[in-house]
Parts: sequence; structure tokens; C-alpha cells
Amino acid sequence: MSEVVIVDYGSGNVRSLRAALERVGAEVVVSGDPMIVALAPRLMVPGQGAAGPAMETLRRTGLERAIRSALTSGAYLLGVCVGLQLLFESSEEQETTGLGLLPGRVTHLTGVALLPHMGWNDVVPVGPPHPLAADLPACAYFAHSYAIVDPGPCTVATTEVDGVTFASVVAAGRVAGVQFHPERSAAAGQAMLRGFLSWSNAA
Amino acid sequence: MLRRRIIPCLDVSAGRVVKGVNFVNLRDCGDPVAAAVRYAAQGADEICWLNITADKESWSALLRQVEQAAREVDVPVTVGGGVSEERHVRELLGAGADKVSINSAALRSPALVQECAEAHGSQCIVVAIDACRSAAGYRAHAAGGRVATERDAIDWAEEAARLGAGELLVTSMDADGTGAGYDLELLGAIVDRVAVPVIASGGASGPAHIAEALARGTSAALAATIFHDGTFTVAEVKAECRRRGLPMR
Repeated sequence: MSEVVIVDYGSGNVRSLRAALERVGAEVVVSGDPMIVALAPRLMVPGQGAAGPAMETLRRTGLERAIRSALTSGAYLLGVCVGLQLLFESSEEQETTGLGLLPGRVTHLTGVALLPHMGWNDVVPVGPPHPLAADLPACAYFAHSYAIVDPGPCTVATTEVDGVTFASVVAAGRVAGVQFHPERSAAAGQAMLRGFLSWSNAA
Repeated sequence: MLRRRIIPCLDVSAGRVVKGVNFVNLRDCGDPVAAAVRYAAQGADEICWLNITADKESWSALLRQVEQAAREVDVPVTVGGGVSEERHVRELLGAGADKVSINSAALRSPALVQECAEAHGSQCIVVAIDACRSAAGYRAHAAGGRVATERDAIDWAEEAARLGAGELLVTSMDADGTGAGYDLELLGAIVDRVAVPVIASGGASGPAHIAEALARGTSAALAATIFHDGTFTVAEVKAECRRRGLPMR
């Protein structure tokens, strides 16, 4: 059975993530204990609201170090929504320094007519095939105002709104992130979570 | 392309879905979690759950039901009704709600909108506005429509967005339950004034009404009766919207 530890740091819809992972057969542990996080084979970092306080909480609680330690031990990580944004070097939102696991900067979705970018939008695979790309939902649920609007080399899929294209799925090594909410993207979102489990089981 | 959303609305009283006309004469329409699951399976893009009983006892029962809905529903769920302080927002989000809708309390204390948006992010704060026509234009009403306020509904929409509401749920009290179609004048005036998504509510009796509201620039349309009565499925509504060139999931 695939064990996934959802990092519980008071941000993000932990309950629906857990339910969605359980529906695809994962054994889910929700924990804010750095010891448990450090030993996890698979980590899911949720997140909602502002990037600044979220990152501050990860640092203060020792979870940042625990996440790095888990990655050093070979864990796979999936960041969801703000959880994706924290994977990067920095965010324009409150000038936040991120985990720096992926190169790039999160910026405001300037140029989009209505913000937050709220609702269902296309997820279009780009670049060389990635194991996660095979199971991406064609259309997923988004709710955010910041994003990686300058998709870099770790971009697996992009999404476009009002002529602004941003990275909706990113991955490098064992670290991946989705800007949308797979746990709220119906059956297609669950297929993606299943894809994450099989990707992280393949190694 | 960003799709327009169809949102079945569950007015929940004492743990049951109810529906009335012009906010009165409520009748029982079943278990809300079962209804939410059914609508999600029909292709609903989101579920709106409005708690219309607001005493202490029903609050904890509501949280338990929202927890159940979060487990069983795989599309976003917005929960509102009786939300009067930040703690309520926190508890509902903790129970698994994706967004929380604030109505009367925001009118009483607009600073609450800002407080909640700063604490949880604009993307999960919806301000619900019940608007009623008067000689002086549209008035925002509080307490489930029972209390008229001095606020102009369109000005209030603009202020709520400025305070950090990530979405506005605009209900025309005049149109609600009549089946005569959404109040396009009200919706249009608000859509033209704000840069956040607007959800149309009140008055739909068929797919054509929903398509009209979306064509007027609303990001989503909410309906209750037509779905509860089984007059139309979400899929049928979407087919009509698609036929009119609207981007649907």
C-alpha cells in the first residue's frame, strides 16, 4: 500500500485531500510532526491563502527541515496550490522566500480580467513526457491569484487565462507540484493522484 | 479556457435540503450530502450549501455534515449561512469547506471580510448579497432577506470586493423562486463594477435563464428548484449553455 503523509501546518484543505487520496487507495497520515514528515516515503504539501504566513509556519515548526530531510532520504513530494508555490525560490506575494527546490519566482496573475482565477480550466502537457503527465486531468479546478507565469524548464503542463500562460504542473527529480486542486477536480483529479502514487512507486 | 460554472444550491435547514418561494414556504427536498454527491455526478462544477438555521446546536451538526460532504463530494463546496465571525470561517474550512460565504455579518461589520480574507485568502471568501429593488435602486438585505439595510447593493458589491471577497454571490430577492429568470439588470450592474467572479442567483426555471446570466458576464450561475425538482439535470443545463457558445466543462 502507498503511504502518503499530508503535511498538516494549518493551511489548505487537508480533509478533502485526505479523502481523495483514500479514494485512490493510499494509506494517508495527516501530520504536523517533523519526525513523521522526515520519515515519509511520499509527502503532500497542501496550502491556501497567502504564501508568506504559510512559509513562515513551515519554518517555525521545523517542518521545512523535515521536508528537506525526507527528500534527502528519497521521498517524493507533491505540492498543491500554495504548496506548489512554496517549492520555488521566491514569491512576489509578501516577498516570500520559498523552499527553493525548483528554480523560479511566483508572481501575481497581472493581466487576468477577474481574480482570483477561479474555476475549471484546461491543463495542457508541454515539454518532454513526464510520468505525471499521462494522468493529468484535461480540465481541473483552480482558485488562486498568484502563479509561475514564466514557465521554466520544470514545467510539465500549462494553463492559460486571458492570454496569460502559467505553469499548472511542475516537476523536477522527485519534487512535483500542481497549481490546481486534484482533490476537487472530480474523477480526473483522482486519476492524477493515482498517477502520483504510481510515479512514486515506480522507482 | 476558463469554463463557466453551474452551481446547484442546497438551502439546508435542520440538516435537510429545503426550498421555498421568495424566501418563505419551505419544503423538504432530502439529504444534503446525498444531493451534493448526485449533482457532482451530473457534472456540477461546484456545490453551494447555505445553512438557513443559525442556532448553536445546528452549528456543530452543520460542521459534522460538512465533514461528511468533504469526504464524499469531489468538486468544490462553498458553505454559508450563520457565519458571523472569523472563527466560523476557520471551523468550516477545517471541516472541509473549500469556500465560506458571508452575508449579514459582512453588512454589519465589513471589516470581517478583510479579516477573513487576510487570514485565509480571498479565494475562499465569498460575500453573498441579497438584493431587493426599491424606489432608490437595489438595497442589500440582511438576515436571510428579512431586514432591509440602507446599503445600495451595487455599491456594497464593489466594497466587498475591495475588502477582499474573492467572489460575490448575488441573489435577486425579487426574482428568487419566481422562475422568471435572473435579474440581468442587477447582475450586469455588478459585473461591470467589480473584477472578481460573480455568481448569479435567484429566478432560474430553465437552461435558457442560466445561459442568459452567463452571457451577461457572470462567472457562474446558481440554481436550486430546477435541480431539486428534477426538471432539468446539470448536464442538460450545460448542453444548452454549450449550444450558445459558452465555455463549459
